[in-house]
Amino acid sequence: MNIRNTIDNLKKPFNRGEKWEKFAPAFNALDTFLFVPNHTTKHGAHIRDAVDLKRTMITVILALLPALFYGIYNTGYQYFSQLNVDYTFVDVMLHGSTKIVPMIAVSYIVGLAIEFAFAVFRGHEVNEGYLVTGLLIPMIMPVDIPLWMVGLSVAFAVFIGKEAFGGTGMNILNPALTARAFAFFAYPTYMSGNQVWVSEASNVDGVSGETILGMLASGDNSLPYQPMDMFMGSIPGSIAETSTLMVLIGALVLIYTGVGSWRIMLGSVIGAAITGMLFNLWGVNELMSFSWTNHLMVGGFAFGVVFMATDPVSAAQTVKGKWIYGLLVGLFCILIRVFNPAYPEGVMLAILLMNVFAPTIDHYVIESNVKRRLNRSNKPIVNIA
Amino acid sequence: MAVKKTKNINNPLILFLSKNSEPLFSKKNKALLSDPMDDNNPITVQVLGVCSALAITVQLKAAIVMTLSVIAVMSASNVIISLLRDLIPNRIRIIVQLVVVASMVILVDQVLRAYAYDVSKELSIFIGLIITNCIVMGRLEAFALGNGVWRSFLDGFGNAAAYGFILILVAFVRELFGSGNLLGIPVIPEFIYEMGYENNGFMLLSPMALIIVGVIIWIQRSRNRTLIEKG
Repeated sequence: MNIRNTIDNLKKPFNRGEKWEKFAPAFNALDTFLFVPNHTTKHGAHIRDAVDLKRTMITVILALLPALFYGIYNTGYQYFSQLNVDYTFVDVMLHGSTKIVPMIAVSYIVGLAIEFAFAVFRGHEVNEGYLVTGLLIPMIMPVDIPLWMVGLSVAFAVFIGKEAFGGTGMNILNPALTARAFAFFAYPTYMSGNQVWVSEASNVDGVSGETILGMLASGDNSLPYQPMDMFMGSIPGSIAETSTLMVLIGALVLIYTGVGSWRIMLGSVIGAAITGMLFNLWGVNELMSFSWTNHLMVGGFAFGVVFMATDPVSAAQTVKGKWIYGLLVGLFCILIRVFNPAYPEGVMLAILLMNVFAPTIDHYVIESNVKRRLNRSNKPIVNIA
Repeated sequence: MAVKKTKNINNPLILFLSKNSEPLFSKKNKALLSDPMDDNNPITVQVLGVCSALAITVQLKAAIVMTLSVIAVMSASNVIISLLRDLIPNRIRIIVQLVVVASMVILVDQVLRAYAYDVSKELSIFIGLIITNCIVMGRLEAFALGNGVWRSFLDGFGNAAAYGFILILVAFVRELFGSGNLLGIPVIPEFIYEMGYENNGFMLLSPMALIIVGVIIWIQRSRNRTLIEKG
């Protein structure tokens, strides 16, 4: 318990009545990273699980790591492979890291600074929610987005998406997607088109960095990629969204630990698959005739469904509600992809839309349950003997 | 509050003062101007007229012209309804109010077309839509029907000015960050663009106006905690 003692010593000036009392939330936040807080409940019989919010968030981060590392690899791979120069695995990872590590740093510094400021100002503990959001935001941005735009999007997401509603657990929209939506509408030239998905594509001639969905939306179906590429993820796209395989590994972690809802994930896949199949039958434009299995693998569908639609705060809470929510996320995702060429990727808008409707879905699920049970209890009991 | 029948009935000022003795800018009358600015702001507290706050705040110029138009319409129609308040049968008062407001709006529209054609074209339908602005009808119903002419004028002017204040504030933020201009003149220096700054396209979309109004409400309520509803 030496570390414990050291921390307790350091903590002294932050205790109640001491000179840095005001900044106690900031210190406690760092403390609880290392140790589970020793709070005990004072009333009633409650069992406190060692798996608190911080441990849950760390689980999500672990689940994100495969996709993140693949994202770093793919960033370098896309860059070097399109340049037609010799490269090694180390070059690839180095190039990817120099692009992505600063984005993650900016995201955490800006986001945590705002969170800490609010915690000190409002006098509550720092909420753990930002740990995951801060990693998710850079992972769903195009690689070449200027760092100040990342910072501004983060600030917008934390201020407007979270703190305006009361902080962690109160937000109606997924903060990471709020950040992306902000950047998408504020700086469309940095968030869409064919120049942003491969690093430095706009500086180098001969690099074609259009995403698959972007090509299809512009009516071009001469795809240079095989379904296997889409599954493995060696295609242009936002940093960590490309590899369906890595996202699936993350999904397994989330489902095994019970952190992510498998109902939402499966519901979304079923919803998207059915919608995709129906459009395959219709097939009047390139995106409609794009095979439904491919629809599940390209773009951010897998990443969004696994890591963002399952956000426990903004998703539906009831069991039946989760199925409805998931199915509709899948449906709207494909619908937006197919019908709106201005938004070749629909999963961001689909999840944000369903975030808004999640409380309504829950409300009606609970109402119908109440109604069903009322009906049952009001029935005259016939064969009582 | 009907006009008090005193022996000074021949004095023409009686039309404009509910009480002869009260000075023009008494404390009570001043409150009519200052209240809407903060505690009783039509947009941020009563949440009226939000539609136009979203629609015409992309540019500062349009917002200023809109503000002036609404001030003219509201002051004039408040005065007219206050003058007529004892003559209007209660059952048809809404339609009378509507006719008065519509006439005022048409007047403003014609003046704009004559003297500021470009702005009038820019604002297009929104000048006509002042008729549907809830603040106008709201003040007629809530104030002008029951108060003297001078007080009604102050109330109309105060509410319209407070509405315009929010409008101009939102338009200022949106034009500055959305297109880098103020009143159509570029104000963000060139070297900042060269450092990589970009105008924020989101500012030009109306959802951002809603968010800015929301932030103003947030700031106002954390300053003035009495405004927070209990619940």
